Amino acid sequence: MKQEFKIIANIIEKNTRVLDVGCGDGTLMEFLQNNKEIDIRGIEISKDNVQKCIGKGLTVIEGDAEKDLSQFPNESFDFVILSQTLQAFLNPEKVISELLRVGKKAIVTIPNFGYWKVRIHLLIKGTMPVTRTLPDEWYNTPNLHMCTIQDFFNFCEKRKIKLDKSIAFQNLKSSKITNSNLILKNLTSALGIFLIEK
Amino acid sequence: MNKEVKIKSLIIDKPLKLDCGQTINNFPLAYETYGSLNEKKDNAILVFHALTGDQFISGINPITNKDGWWSYAVGPDKAIDTNKYFIICANVIGGCLGSFGPSNTNSKTNKIYGTNFPIITINDMVNAQYNLLEFFKIEKLFAVIGGSMGGMQVLQFVNNFPDKAKVAIPIACTSSHSAQNIAFNELGRQAIMADANWLNGDYSNQNKNPNKGLSVARMAAHITYLSKNGLQEKFGRKLQERDDLKFSFDTDFQIESYLRYQGSVFVDRFDANSYLYITRAMDYFDLAKENDGNLSRAFENTKTKFLVISFTSDWLYPSSENKEIVIALNAIGADVGFVEIESDKGHDSFLLDIPAFLDTLSDYINTSYLKN
Repeated sequence: MKQEFKIIANIIEKNTRVLDVGCGDGTLMEFLQNNKEIDIRGIEISKDNVQKCIGKGLTVIEGDAEKDLSQFPNESFDFVILSQTLQAFLNPEKVISELLRVGKKAIVTIPNFGYWKVRIHLLIKGTMPVTRTLPDEWYNTPNLHMCTIQDFFNFCEKRKIKLDKSIAFQNLKSSKITNSNLILKNLTSALGIFLIEK
Repeated sequence: MNKEVKIKSLIIDKPLKLDCGQTINNFPLAYETYGSLNEKKDNAILVFHALTGDQFISGINPITNKDGWWSYAVGPDKAIDTNKYFIICANVIGGCLGSFGPSNTNSKTNKIYGTNFPIITINDMVNAQYNLLEFFKIEKLFAVIGGSMGGMQVLQFVNNFPDKAKVAIPIACTSSHSAQNIAFNELGRQAIMADANWLNGDYSNQNKNPNKGLSVARMAAHITYLSKNGLQEKFGRKLQERDDLKFSFDTDFQIESYLRYQGSVFVDRFDANSYLYITRAMDYFDLAKENDGNLSRAFENTKTKFLVISFTSDWLYPSSENKEIVIALNAIGADVGFVEIESDKGHDSFLLDIPAFLDTLSDYINTSYLKN
């Protein structure tokens, strides 16, 4: 998903400290390091992925974001990235509050469950949606807490989280989400990218 | 010990003030090197050995005629590649392979020191080895690496000399000994002291050797280096060259025979008093305490890049204790990577041929070196 990475890179400012939470095999970290002058760290739960990252010379620690973010002091990063993993946590609400404690700002991307293909899948087939961004079956999906762009908006409002940027992403194209086009964007976008702060 | 083997050593004339208050000078520090120092002198790696290790990391150890203790990791084309890097390893002070230790003769009394040797600490060991940088005219090491007690020395090195290593890799270690660690070491020391031949540490002057005590110490320690599963898998309840129990205290079980063998070969290469001194140094190690109770302060002034490695089945220095080092480093925004390697081989994993470990080590070292 190079395009998503580009959007994230555009949000991040130069000479900042960045933490990639759930950094996987370090693809995004490498991309950002090569395209931006930043100091980037990662945290990842899979041993295989951590070994891959370390092999690439990336600074990554093995750990579970749900409990190991606690070791970072308040605002120790300018940006904390959570790319398409929020829905896999047992307690997404707690993770978000940790992201906003550790980072001055957080970039969160979510696969949008309000996307029309997902809605149609459930409506027509009557089974849990399986799409390109959500490729697993209900019985083996790591996604415990799916949400929509609208849900994320509502959540931020309820928890008084500031939405600095909201970007809809569909077919390699990105567009701004505003209060006035929210209903439409929630229907037509596969992915939502948000820049949030306390 | 074979006296014909030539051991390289550096005589350190600069006085070294030990933590116990005594000052030593003109003392020997035995070392070995592998590979060659390049022109820029930016490829030097200082490896610190563990409790019973020595300076012979790779190739054939001339004393034991066995492979060096870290042959799996260090050598040509190995994870720590001697074709690329200049590797230095010294015998710790307090040791018994050429460095200043309790088996040395006190020139004032013409007697072997024994327990009249000063108590030494991990800090003293590291300060003594720092002289190697001056000797080889190395401004900054590329890396400091070590497992177990070697890892403690890595941490101490960065604490003492924050700008003298680009990369630090502490492996399977801890920033302070737990009560359980101290307990096992005390068990070993008491086994040595209970041997009638120990003679309050004066055995060498009286041509005796507390071999039985030292052997039991090694047997007990050896159990802590392995995991329960590893032992069970390798030995289980298998019998030693017999079909049935003999109803005696002979070595019925293979595990008994194995431990007795480990004990018996150990006494041929290790001095009992050195064992007391070095285990004491490990017990005294507490890097947080040295820094007013805050481990992060040990690394506050450093730009050194860290990679902390632990092993899943290591219960001597478990991942949780290795993680404390990572947490302390993260708390001050230091550059630290951490990986826990899957292995059922216990604490000893760092000495063994475990591909995930050796590959990670090799990749990290090579990519870090290229980023010079």
